Amino acid sequence: MSDKKKELKPNTYKFDTLSLHAGYQPHKNAGSRQVPIYQTTSYLFDDVDHAAALFNLERGGHIYSRISNPTVGVLEERVASLEGGTAALATSSGMSAIFLAVMTLCEAGDHLVVSSQLYGGTVNLFRLTLPKFGIKCTFVKPRDTEGFKKAIQKNTKGIFGELVGNPGNEIMNMPEIANIAHEAGIPLMVDATYQTPYLCKPFEHGADIVIHSLTKWMAGHGSSMAGILVEGGKFDWMQNDKFPTMTKPYEGYHGLSFAEEFGPTAFTMKARAEGMRDFGPCLSPQNAWNVLQGIETLSVRMKKHCSNAEEMVKYLMDHESVAWVSHPSVPDHPDHELAKKLLPNGRGSMIAFGIKGGKEAGVAFINNVKLASHLANVGDTRTLVIHPASGTHSQMDEATLKFAGLSHDMIRLSVGIEDIDDIKNDFEVGFRAARKPRLVSNQ
Amino acid sequence: MKFKVNNQDVYASTGGRPFDKKKPLIIFVHGSGLTHMTWVLQTRYFAFHGYNALAVDLPGHGLSGGESLKSIEEMADWINSVIDAVGHKEASLVGHSQGCLVTVECTSRYPDKIKTLSLMGGAGAIPMNPQLLSLAENNDPKAVDLMMDWAHGPAGHFGGHPVPGLYHINTGTMLAKSRTIQNTLGVDFRACDNYKNGFEAAKKIKCPTLSILATDDKMCPVEEGKKLAALIDGSQVDIIDNCGHMMLLEEADRVLTVLKKFITTNYPPLSS
Repeated sequence: MSDKKKELKPNTYKFDTLSLHAGYQPHKNAGSRQVPIYQTTSYLFDDVDHAAALFNLERGGHIYSRISNPTVGVLEERVASLEGGTAALATSSGMSAIFLAVMTLCEAGDHLVVSSQLYGGTVNLFRLTLPKFGIKCTFVKPRDTEGFKKAIQKNTKGIFGELVGNPGNEIMNMPEIANIAHEAGIPLMVDATYQTPYLCKPFEHGADIVIHSLTKWMAGHGSSMAGILVEGGKFDWMQNDKFPTMTKPYEGYHGLSFAEEFGPTAFTMKARAEGMRDFGPCLSPQNAWNVLQGIETLSVRMKKHCSNAEEMVKYLMDHESVAWVSHPSVPDHPDHELAKKLLPNGRGSMIAFGIKGGKEAGVAFINNVKLASHLANVGDTRTLVIHPASGTHSQMDEATLKFAGLSHDMIRLSVGIEDIDDIKNDFEVGFRAARKPRLVSNQ
Repeated sequence: MKFKVNNQDVYASTGGRPFDKKKPLIIFVHGSGLTHMTWVLQTRYFAFHGYNALAVDLPGHGLSGGESLKSIEEMADWINSVIDAVGHKEASLVGHSQGCLVTVECTSRYPDKIKTLSLMGGAGAIPMNPQLLSLAENNDPKAVDLMMDWAHGPAGHFGGHPVPGLYHINTGTMLAKSRTIQNTLGVDFRACDNYKNGFEAAKKIKCPTLSILATDDKMCPVEEGKKLAALIDGSQVDIIDNCGHMMLLEEADRVLTVLKKFITTNYPPLSS
């Protein structure tokens, strides 16, 4: 017999198990195997002392479903566990998660450095809406890593970007940009909607706050709006004097300093106690439950999304009607090597491609595919297509479109989990129409 | 709040209320490699109900300066110095895990100063697994992962944090990794392993004592906690089912309810 001692290994649950179980204990919920939907606005206090304790954050628990709800709480813990985060706060949409994150971090007079390749709605939030609150932004192209450093000002409170930009699939060099942020004493916030924690865990690459539109792959079935912000717990809010709202006594809770009291969960505690209390974009328990159902099969679905996407990339690259294809799995994609490092489990199911014949051909293609759905969403189990220049990003002027890396021939494809041959057959119909746009449109 | 002990900066949470010398003092002592933040679901209650709740960061831990103390005996003396440094003549002590060894030793050394003792997940001795000790002393993050695994009961592994949105295991991991592992966890584990005086110290304790134990505690099993409690005259024992070593988070409400009754009965608050 060998006398070699057995090596100790932690037996904490792994990703697929956490997807099904994290955040929920049946024995505390009448033995209900499924997470109950707590369809209620408010929660009984045991007595006046108990009520005061909850309001003072002396003890955990629920007061009012705008602030927290048990079903939503399960979702929050589940996503935090999958991301490797300390805490999470679910919101009514991805946009409200971004807004809450920014408002938790910033005050009037502050500044953010922001990747230029973002979902159109996010661009408008940073470019047009946040300045109304006195928060200004400098946009930097996602591949211009040094540009992020140069754009940091004295009043800069953070860097924000989508890990893989929408819709052009440009990838931020997250580890290097995280270093730049941390050298400046500010956090990196990453919208990782396209990846889900199955494909990438941004905290392992230096991100401090991760944001998801749960509406997309996490929920996965195109049924429910939801968002979430997740905290990594490593960022030291007390390292400098840039974040007084995190470190100084907060009048709204008897002089509480969130950073001193809650440390690795301070950002989430403040986002809930202040942001959710005052802005109120809470997630409904029904939608939280729907998202939980999606997360149960996240890894199964993401494998199929990614394998179908790689098949579609090959198909499109060989197609006579396609001018170019952008997907991180393509060897000549400028971020191919970076994608291998950041997205080891798959490069995602978002493809951008240019159709020969420009905008007119693109319109004909989209008007004639039947299986692929033409709509303003991504990350559904079903295949989705859109022409960004006339849809999701249509509120941008020509110069902004160009800066965001959009062209008029671009089609954004969110590959679903249908049979791959059926998707290809459907695209053949679209491409035939694109080659003869006038003929088809007159039929 | 910040103050100095032995010319080193000390940080202690006051539970969100200003320190008031007129109020009775409760000192909360954290476990190996951790910080004051483990006590957030107990300290704030006492701070809002007539006490000075002081959750200290031991030297070299959390926001406190200096280097980690190398023995339980040194930590016990340091707690005594904390009482002096904040201008009090007496205190009630609450300890978790390694904090139990520290508070037992402190109570036996300074019997006139310590008015009540509350132990959570305590034992008379905490011998360390040699591999775990070696990993911690060699700054291997696996030591933290193993500790978080063993410190949470089966239910705690699923989550279910009493504060909505917080996830137990990852939060604990971040606390334990907030400073260099070998300088906090490594030193603490070695101090626990070296400490042999727990049972003798317990025999000297005469103040009201409470032990809160948990059925699924792998770090300090219930039977070990009972052995310690049996040596302390009149010691109360409360056992929580389906809970691990991190009972102060896993079953925070239950712990607070038991602790509140014990402390307010034996060491009353300043009435408002």
